[in-house]
Amino acid sequence: MPSLNYVAPATVQEAVRLLAGASGLAKVLSGGTDLLVQLRSGRTRPELIVDTKKIPGIIGIREENGGFVIGAATPGMALFEHPTLKQTWPGVVEAANLIGSKQVQGRASLAGNLCNASPAADSVPAMIAAGATCLIAGSDGTRQAKVEDIVTGPGRTSLARDEFIVEFRLPKREPRSGDAYLRFIPRTEMDIAVVGCGVCVTLDANGVCTAARVVLGAVAPTPVLVPEAAAALVGHKLDDATLEMLDAAARRACNPIDDKRGTIDYRTKVAGVLARRTAAIAFNRASGGKSAGGH
Amino acid sequence: MAMQGLSRRGILGGTAAGLATIPLSGRAAPPAPDAPAAIPPPVRTPEMQDITLQVNGRRIALAVEPRTSLLDALREQAGLTGTKKGCDRGSCGACTVHVDGRRVLSCLTLAIRCQGHAVTTIEGLAIGEELHPMQAAFLEHDAFQCGYCTPGQIMSGAALIQEGHAGSPEEIREWMSGNICRCGAYPNIVAAIQTAASEG
Ligand SMILES: Cc1cc2nc3c(=O)[nH]c(=O)nc-3n(C[C@H](O)[C@H](O)[C@H](O)COP(=O)(O)OP(=O)(O)OC[C@H]3O[C@@H](n4cnc5c(N)ncnc54)[C@H](O)[C@@H]3O)c2cc1C
Ligand code: FES
Ligand code: FES
Repeated sequence: MPSLNYVAPATVQEAVRLLAGASGLAKVLSGGTDLLVQLRSGRTRPELIVDTKKIPGIIGIREENGGFVIGAATPGMALFEHPTLKQTWPGVVEAANLIGSKQVQGRASLAGNLCNASPAADSVPAMIAAGATCLIAGSDGTRQAKVEDIVTGPGRTSLARDEFIVEFRLPKREPRSGDAYLRFIPRTEMDIAVVGCGVCVTLDANGVCTAARVVLGAVAPTPVLVPEAAAALVGHKLDDATLEMLDAAARRACNPIDDKRGTIDYRTKVAGVLARRTAAIAFNRASGGKSAGGH
Repeated sequence: MAMQGLSRRGILGGTAAGLATIPLSGRAAPPAPDAPAAIPPPVRTPEMQDITLQVNGRRIALAVEPRTSLLDALREQAGLTGTKKGCDRGSCGACTVHVDGRRVLSCLTLAIRCQGHAVTTIEGLAIGEELHPMQAAFLEHDAFQCGYCTPGQIMSGAALIQEGHAGSPEEIREWMSGNICRCGAYPNIVAAIQTAASEG
């Protein structure tokens, strides 16, 4: 086993310097609910762990210009407990709160869920649907990126070795818009999504969709934004014909694996059904309803 | 190195002796869980770092590797074996402890990260001879069979009441879902938590 060092820098600059200067593999640590499991199984063998928790602001939520800035290591439980986040972006909060048990949620962060880069990560489709962006720090300073541009494949991200995510930004929610996330699992808790779906829609005064984002998880090597599914919604109310078009577009976007949780056919079919159900919740929320999400 | 090893052993010995004085609960006294001789000091490796943990109100000096979990530090070094290892990967809840009053899985927590934070384990829940209400409720409701999951259930249950999620059996089941009981003592566990919550 190679020797492992642990550092807990107090500033973003110091963290970047440590990541850039590492001779071998360096891993950023947020909640550790993925990293510790992988360390123990030997799936990852870093030489350096850079703990971000001492960096001011890395945990915390603040409202800014009508949107929200969420520190990268903020645990899911803090999203749930925030007084206004849940009303504004219920889909994102529900998705984060599907991650593991309550104990896991006390640690698990959005940055870890995203950068672990599992195709089935629950919060990622919801964040992409909501139009979330992230602030990335590196040796050349900081840059903004869309959440959908981070994951490039299972376990792989577009971040350079000296880069890490500092915070996420959820935009100001448009009037008459709403988001939702649903996942399908064989149990109700503590399982990995067979399919996940995030939807965000904006409606006009008559209930006609004017903008939409539809994202599928666990049906391809990365979470996928499906513009064709969004196009099926825009210009329409949520009627049977629209739902049928959405269902078909979602199925066409699938490129899933065959495994014990579901065959390709099964996952593809579930993706269509889940897209319908998620869209229904998002439409309901956008038109002022308080439809609850589910699993 | 040798100097460090020596002084650490001194500190460890002292700490373990201190721990052994913790009064045990009112039940028939089990063997002291932390008899100093039972914990051989770990072989010092170059990676080890000296840390001080605040556990159950006492300062404990340890030398840990960066990868050492809080669970292993508690069990194998501090001699606090009340916290159980079920899966060692976050799935069962047997290792639940409180850090700064919030429940966490000690198997998914690095010990080195807990410096300066207050850790409470099952050994620290009773106040002297007086059981914590959750411990008493578990006894009253016979909320265990083999008992392996019980420390984690009790730590989780105690935190759950603090969090304000013990309102109904449904809510308790949902918020306790990270604590698995292989013996299936769930109905009694829920009843115990309801009792403790109503007394709190
Ligand atoms: C019992 C159990 C159940 C689970 N259930 C689910 C589930 O239902 N759904 C789900 O989606 N996940 C689940 N997970 C996986 C995990 O909890 C989540 O992915 C979690 O969000 C990871 O966050 P973390 O903060 O713990 O990440 P960490 O473990 O700290 O990090 C994960 C990865 O991201 C990298 N990273 C962390 N922070 C940053 C950063 N700021 N910048 C760049 N890279 C970073 C790390 O280097 C590492 O590679 C489960 C895990 C367990 C143990
Ligand atoms: S031992 Fe930690 S959750 Fe199972
Ligand atoms: S009492 Fe045996 S595992 Fe719960």
